[in-house]
Amino acid sequence: MAAAPLLRCGGRRARLPGWETLYSRWCLITSHNLYSSVYDPNEKTFEKLLIANRGEIACRVIKTCKKMGIKTVAIHSDVDANAVHVKMADEAVCVGPAPTSKSYLNMDAIMEVIRKTRAQAVHPGYGFLSENKEFARRLASEGVTFIGPDTHAIQAMGDKIESKLLAKNAKVNTIPGFDGVVKDADEAVRIAREIGYPVMIKASAGGGGKGMRIAWDDEETREGFRFSSQEAASSFGDDRLLIEKFIDNPRHIEIQVLADKHGNALWLNERECSIQRRNQKVVEEAPSTFLDPETRRAMGEQAVALAKAVKYSSAGTVEFLVDSSKNFYFLEMNTRLQVEHPVTECITGLDLVQEMIRVAKGYPLRHKQADIPINGWAVECRVYAEDPYKSFGLPSIGKLSQYQEPLHVPSVRVDSGIQQGSDISIYYDPMISKLITYGSNRAEALKRMEEALDNYVIRGVAHNISLLREVIVHPRFVQGDISTKFLPEVYPDGFKGHELTDLERRQLLATAASLYVAEQLRSQRFLGTPRIPIAKSKRRSWELSVHLGDEIYPVAVSKHGSSFSVEVDGMKLNVTSEWNLASPLLSVTIDGTQRTIQRISRNASGETSIQFLGTVYKLQILTKVAAELSKYMPEKAAEDTSSILRSPMPGTVVAVSVKPGDTVSEGQEICVIEAMKMQNSMIAAKTGKVKAVHCKAGDTVGEEDLLVELE
Amino acid sequence: MICCTDGCACTLENCLGGDDIRSLDCGYTAARALAVCAVYSPHVLAHSLLTGSRFRIEEKRRAALLGGGQARIDAQHKRGKLTARERILLLLDPDSFDEYDMFVEHRCTDFGMDSSKNKYPGDSVVTGRGRINGRLAYVFSQDFTVFGGSLSGAHAQKICKIMDQAAMVGAPVIGLNDSGGARIQEGVESLAGYADIFLRNVLCSGVIPQISLIMGPCAGGAVYSPALTDFTFMVKDTSYLFITGPDVVKSVTNEDVTQEQLGGAKTHTTVSGVAHRAFENDIDALLNLREFFNYLPLSNRDPAPVCECHDPSDRLVPELDTIVPSESAKAYDMLDIIHSIVDEREFFEIMPMYARNIVVGFARMNGRTVGIVGNQPKVASGCLDINSSVKGARFVRFCDAFNIPLITFVDVPGFLPGTAQEYGGIIRHGAKLLFAFAEATVPKITVITRKAYGGAYDVMSSKHLRGDVNYAWPTAEVAVMGAKGAVQIIFRGKEANAEEEYVEKFANPFPAAVRGFVDDIIQPSSTRTRICHDLDILASKSQSSPWKKHANIPL
Repeated sequence: MAAAPLLRCGGRRARLPGWETLYSRWCLITSHNLYSSVYDPNEKTFEKLLIANRGEIACRVIKTCKKMGIKTVAIHSDVDANAVHVKMADEAVCVGPAPTSKSYLNMDAIMEVIRKTRAQAVHPGYGFLSENKEFARRLASEGVTFIGPDTHAIQAMGDKIESKLLAKNAKVNTIPGFDGVVKDADEAVRIAREIGYPVMIKASAGGGGKGMRIAWDDEETREGFRFSSQEAASSFGDDRLLIEKFIDNPRHIEIQVLADKHGNALWLNERECSIQRRNQKVVEEAPSTFLDPETRRAMGEQAVALAKAVKYSSAGTVEFLVDSSKNFYFLEMNTRLQVEHPVTECITGLDLVQEMIRVAKGYPLRHKQADIPINGWAVECRVYAEDPYKSFGLPSIGKLSQYQEPLHVPSVRVDSGIQQGSDISIYYDPMISKLITYGSNRAEALKRMEEALDNYVIRGVAHNISLLREVIVHPRFVQGDISTKFLPEVYPDGFKGHELTDLERRQLLATAASLYVAEQLRSQRFLGTPRIPIAKSKRRSWELSVHLGDEIYPVAVSKHGSSFSVEVDGMKLNVTSEWNLASPLLSVTIDGTQRTIQRISRNASGETSIQFLGTVYKLQILTKVAAELSKYMPEKAAEDTSSILRSPMPGTVVAVSVKPGDTVSEGQEICVIEAMKMQNSMIAAKTGKVKAVHCKAGDTVGEEDLLVELE
Repeated sequence: MICCTDGCACTLENCLGGDDIRSLDCGYTAARALAVCAVYSPHVLAHSLLTGSRFRIEEKRRAALLGGGQARIDAQHKRGKLTARERILLLLDPDSFDEYDMFVEHRCTDFGMDSSKNKYPGDSVVTGRGRINGRLAYVFSQDFTVFGGSLSGAHAQKICKIMDQAAMVGAPVIGLNDSGGARIQEGVESLAGYADIFLRNVLCSGVIPQISLIMGPCAGGAVYSPALTDFTFMVKDTSYLFITGPDVVKSVTNEDVTQEQLGGAKTHTTVSGVAHRAFENDIDALLNLREFFNYLPLSNRDPAPVCECHDPSDRLVPELDTIVPSESAKAYDMLDIIHSIVDEREFFEIMPMYARNIVVGFARMNGRTVGIVGNQPKVASGCLDINSSVKGARFVRFCDAFNIPLITFVDVPGFLPGTAQEYGGIIRHGAKLLFAFAEATVPKITVITRKAYGGAYDVMSSKHLRGDVNYAWPTAEVAVMGAKGAVQIIFRGKEANAEEEYVEKFANPFPAAVRGFVDDIIQPSSTRTRICHDLDILASKSQSSPWKKHANIPL
């Protein structure tokens, strides 16, 4: 094993532990055999590779480098100094402050690190500089290998219109449409009528679904033209527009390709990524339930044809939209490693990062198309630090006070770049991890995913486990009846969490009541021999009142050995568990049904929140006597102090990050106050618009001075 | 159930069978009532008055259970408050309350107070003993429905009786305060009663834990009993503590102030520091008090209690290795460290809203109660000032008095400078914390997480003050002051690389470690394991100070 990395830390060199455990986590993954590309130790490769990225993808690349015996260099921003990828790498260098434009996108600083560390190659991961042809060009000019395709391919595929033209020439199915400069609204209408409604209008240079508008008639086309041409000019400085056939109810299915510098190219089957919110993928799987072998082959062959047409090398992804009649249309090609690449690795056994490095070094592919299997089924859930109850996910930030990946569940792979204690900050993508499960068939993979989601412990930030779990057990998803509109169709009024059936509600109430009694019983157990003997309670039954939602349920609990018999809603349930009250995960068996629940919080007043079937429920449990008396307790109006920010101490304002009219999100930094040579970050207590700012940088403020008001 | 008012032959059994009595009866079971009856019965045996006497006992008992009567009970409920007996019912284990002095009545004869309608069996306080999670506690609960809970001679006498017994037995006293003040009709008798209680508060101090829960008004002289006890908790919106009410304030100082502003829970938990914590309502307060009680030993003769613990004592806490920011001026939350180290992240914080630059409270390590003191870098950089010194000192002395080991987390840049502090007597008040740590003989474990500067380093349970085990994290900086200030004095700002040199020399744990002022430099993730192990060893610690009548802490 390589030596532990040395890090600069507060002006001293300190050896930090932690990555050994991470290393073993990786070993666990490989032992699960979720990808298994053979490594040939005699094949010469790079000595040192720099990863121009952060988070899980940086960790993912480092894992393969370690396997291949390549030394790694991590780059990081100053807030990432203790990040997992920094600890895992052999060397780590800070490239700038937190904002990505000053660190992970700072080409000058990164080039400087490459020179200093003498890295021979750079893996860009995804996002950041991964599809930046200027970066690739600068690397090439200094003789450093870019792990990815040539600048030519990046450029060709990065342009919507050029890529579509190339695709057409390579006989790849494209969506009927027009691309180029549209003179005026009338011309736009004429083009739209030619294609046939509905049509989609957007700026050619805009990526993904950004600025995309759908028009169903002439009127909407004129409006779409106006917005898109304005945006094209202002955001991209490029007037060209794309007007094309809009595919209603489409599925997003993409083909992974892998090509070398010797003209060989393979298609590694498809990934279905139809479950999306706001054009961002949430759940992905491979293979797709929808494709038959013929369609798969046709799509694969067209993808390979396109790759060859641009002399593509490295791993890439050709995205298609597939309509309900299995017609497929080329969408775009991503010239990088995709976020969702693990599902392909699971079913093909290839280590895509390893193959990318080999190809970049100039080796020919080791596989023939016939060697590429579909073994079993893999599903990936993107676990985000976000609140799924707000527009299917609004970012949440904070410290991961407790974090435990469900690696004890069989055939689970977790790609993450964070650990317990990590901060999820406003500066970067709020993805916590990619949770991948594998099975010999889809049902098995989904069953494991359910178990893995229940066993995933994430505390300190909001997370989307509840949404993910609801999606993977939804009958439509289970049947494979999905499209990119799945979420808005299934949850037209927004996601509200799991809806309990009567039986599930009783199970939850019985579990919560049993936990309460177990806790009460434990609080009477003192060790040692007290001077004044403890009066042992002979109580065997409890009458409780449990508040859940808007209802109050009478619950009777009686103890029989280590199990509880619970009567709720006229039904008797038997609840058994080890009742380990310190463990974040609790396995409970209710009348023979095993459930993994998480008690998120509790307090002396009987309030508790329990994660059950993925969703967190708030309950209050009181004895019957206390519940009866609670009717006398006064109702309290909630005091709202969240809209004003006062200085908690006397000090100097170092920086103010907002101005009136700005929208701030909860937890966002509003200003920084220095007191006693210490900088204190003042954060917004709620999301809202800034009404007034009462301080400026350099001001001296006293305790309780009003700093900022929100509306 | 109001029956038997005609003095008829209604039997005891009948009376006790009523549901109304059961619901009000704080564990006063029918069986015990019968036994009491049997004790009285020989005096009237074979007498036609037998049934009459039984009847009178029961009538009194029933009257006592009703306090000031249903109308006043309803009024109490309308104020959002529970009655004295309902409070006891929630505080104690079911069926565990043994009541004393239910038949005591006030002895005032002036102002028509001797008329039968002005007599209430038990008077304006309910007293007795019971169990909280099986452990013995003495309780008094003032009854606002009887003369507004005012303190008569008899009322005081009842409280003194249970305090005396609690001290003898060695069990805590819990007072549930809800009283309008002195019983004016009784004059000096009432004042004497207060003084009797004060004296016992003082004599019991450091012998048995004394806890006050303010659940209504508590004004005038009455406030000094809670002030003398170890902990004062309040109920938000329904409890007040002040020397004189708003009317008197207006007439004397011409200030307009509401009861809530003058002496409400918010005032006393954030501004004055009189109260240690506030709870939402009566039920919330009583349930929290039950949980709090489990942290305390019953008396100074008992060791800190050890509860069954499911959290492994050898649990590593990896996030601690990166919790201290590399920039020494950047803040972090000491509560994050505390929560992650203690059992099950449970921390009962004392005075969480007052002098927030120091954190104190109770937690458990491998099941054993510990007192935790920590500088809070997040608030005023964690400096020591007047309020935080006094807050810390009182907590440390409580732990020392009751055999609760102390764990101190140090990140302190020094004492807060300035005229406000100097004029306020920071020297005198800072000395209290120094005094408290120095005199404490309970196991003392100290962890320096970052800064330990100047005199504040000495104060925070340093090795020099008989710290048993003192650890430093690799991020520790033990020095006289921060680099910038030190360099200005040493080099008068003339040396170019002076600051770097100073940081290299002093801003690390080595200067302290090579002198043995810290016992080890430890990996932060191992802190829980180390402390749990140390506590096991130190459980048998024995240390004493020279004989003295009492020490003279700089008050």
